[in-house]
Amino acid sequence: MATLIASENFSPTEDAEVLRRSVEGWGTDEKAVISILAHRNAAQRYEIRLAYEELYHEDLIKRLESELSGDFEKAMYRWILDPTDRYAVLAHVAIKKSETDYNVIVEISSTLSPEELLAVRRAYQLRYKHSLEEDLAAHTTGDIRKLLVALVTTYRYDGSEINAKLANSEADILHDAIKDKAFNHEEVIRILSTRSKTQLMATFNRYRDDHGISISKNLLDAGADNFQKALHVVIRCLNDPKKYFEKVLRHAIKRTGTDEDALTRVIVTRAERDLKDIKEFYYKKNSVHLEHAVAKETSGDYKAFLVTLLGQEA
Amino acid sequence: MALTDEFQALNKAFSGVGIDENSLISILGKWHPEERKSFRKETPHFFKQDERHFERWDDQHVKHLKHEFMRFKNAVVLWTMHSWERDARLVKEALKKGPQTYSVLVEIACTRSAEELLGARKAYHSLFDHSIEEDVAYHIDGPEGKLLVALVSAYRYEGPKVKDDTAKSEAKTLAHAIKNADKRNPIEDDEVIRILSTRSKPHLKEIYKHYQEISGHNIDEDLDDALRLKETVQCLCTPHTYFSQVLEISLRNGVDKSIKKGLTRVIVTRADADMKEIKEEYRNRYGVSLTEKIEATANGNYKDFLLTLAARGG
Repeated sequence: MATLIASENFSPTEDAEVLRRSVEGWGTDEKAVISILAHRNAAQRYEIRLAYEELYHEDLIKRLESELSGDFEKAMYRWILDPTDRYAVLAHVAIKKSETDYNVIVEISSTLSPEELLAVRRAYQLRYKHSLEEDLAAHTTGDIRKLLVALVTTYRYDGSEINAKLANSEADILHDAIKDKAFNHEEVIRILSTRSKTQLMATFNRYRDDHGISISKNLLDAGADNFQKALHVVIRCLNDPKKYFEKVLRHAIKRTGTDEDALTRVIVTRAERDLKDIKEFYYKKNSVHLEHAVAKETSGDYKAFLVTLLGQEA
Repeated sequence: MALTDEFQALNKAFSGVGIDENSLISILGKWHPEERKSFRKETPHFFKQDERHFERWDDQHVKHLKHEFMRFKNAVVLWTMHSWERDARLVKEALKKGPQTYSVLVEIACTRSAEELLGARKAYHSLFDHSIEEDVAYHIDGPEGKLLVALVSAYRYEGPKVKDDTAKSEAKTLAHAIKNADKRNPIEDDEVIRILSTRSKPHLKEIYKHYQEISGHNIDEDLDDALRLKETVQCLCTPHTYFSQVLEISLRNGVDKSIKKGLTRVIVTRADADMKEIKEEYRNRYGVSLTEKIEATANGNYKDFLLTLAARGG
């Protein structure tokens, strides 16, 4: 469930006017910006941008970019974008890092539905005049490249048909590949990146039934080069995204020096999807509410924004 | 018509691609039993003398006739289909028939637009409950499989923007890989696969130009020993040449069943697209018009149908 509390009585023109007043003149009324935008869903935010453009002949996003700063600005920029556009931007940022942040790429390609992933690829082309796979391939090498490119270009069958025999044989292939540390990377990539999600769940279940240990635990024991770590992320994202996101949040917060990029990314991308479930799981695992943990490690407008998105009333 | 003329006409009616239904009706339909008996006695390639003193149809030829009678029906069914279903079924058939038809996979992946290829992938989900990439990866091993999966998964940028220095350096990469083909087959080179399967077509055409300057040859000429790569490059950069070649081979005498099917496939799939350019290319290369060649080689309703489709380009 989402944590976003979106207003029901909604007038895009009124909102555009309030936002205009909050950015005009000296300084910015960040509280007003948060109180509006953090309470609007994607469709509403889109209408506000349109209304703002019509009234003031200016791109609201560009205006906010120039008025806000720091982690708050980054978070608000990502928040106000259309979800598919947002993912395209996140992917681009991850690719262009000096060492491609493969976790983000895996996250995006494995937690979105096939149609959503397609929409992200389109949005990416529109924005960057390249295909997502083209940029990704040009910035990565070796097995990581093969895995990531396969993950972003796949268009998985999204039906519920399962082939039990195949699940059996492919669970064995995966098990053998993990056991012989000399990974048969090709087969692992083939299975994880082309099979449908339901088929993979059946395969993972088969794996656990036949070998008494879940495939992700088995991978953990197997070792830690980048490729194996990425595989681990793939499997966790496919298996149980909310557990995966809880772990990302936990690491982002607990790390000495909060990882704001990861914190922002998870909260902003999941607030309208399943952040509530992630929160509940976080509390179960850490005995502290996510809002409190975030409030402790962040400050100022950035904190106020995140905490509002997390569902805390002002 | 004198009897031998009629025999000849009937012979022709039963030979070539498609069946001359009208001749069969007007000649065979009016023959008395004795005339039909003469025909059976005079055509040892159709009828064999049985030990029990009757002329018996050659089984193989009857089978052959079945295929020829079906050619029109297949063309009609293929033509009427939605182009997505058409491409999905062609892919499935190519996968089933095995390595000699894998060029069809290259053809569909590389000559269709990004949206058309996407459509084919969607239709494939509906028809076969699998994704194309899943089936291709499962059925085709090794470097060829990797190339085909990558080609079939691409969602290429289709805008005109091309970075010239990237194109130049990628042309060098390809030239280097091809020059060292005796040490390593270029299809096993990750960079070759990356470039051919992720770059946009305008970008690849630019690479094609630079390659020509570097090596003095066209890139497809230098790929004579790497058939899949040659087909890939031709389909991506010079599809009209590629299609005119497929047509020419399919219209030769005595070629394989699956090669003959190229005639129907190319005409049906390109009639609404670039038939005009293909016909021009065909005439330039082979000195005879495609329509004349079809007129001379094909029969009956099948021939008329093809000619009608081929005339659409003007």
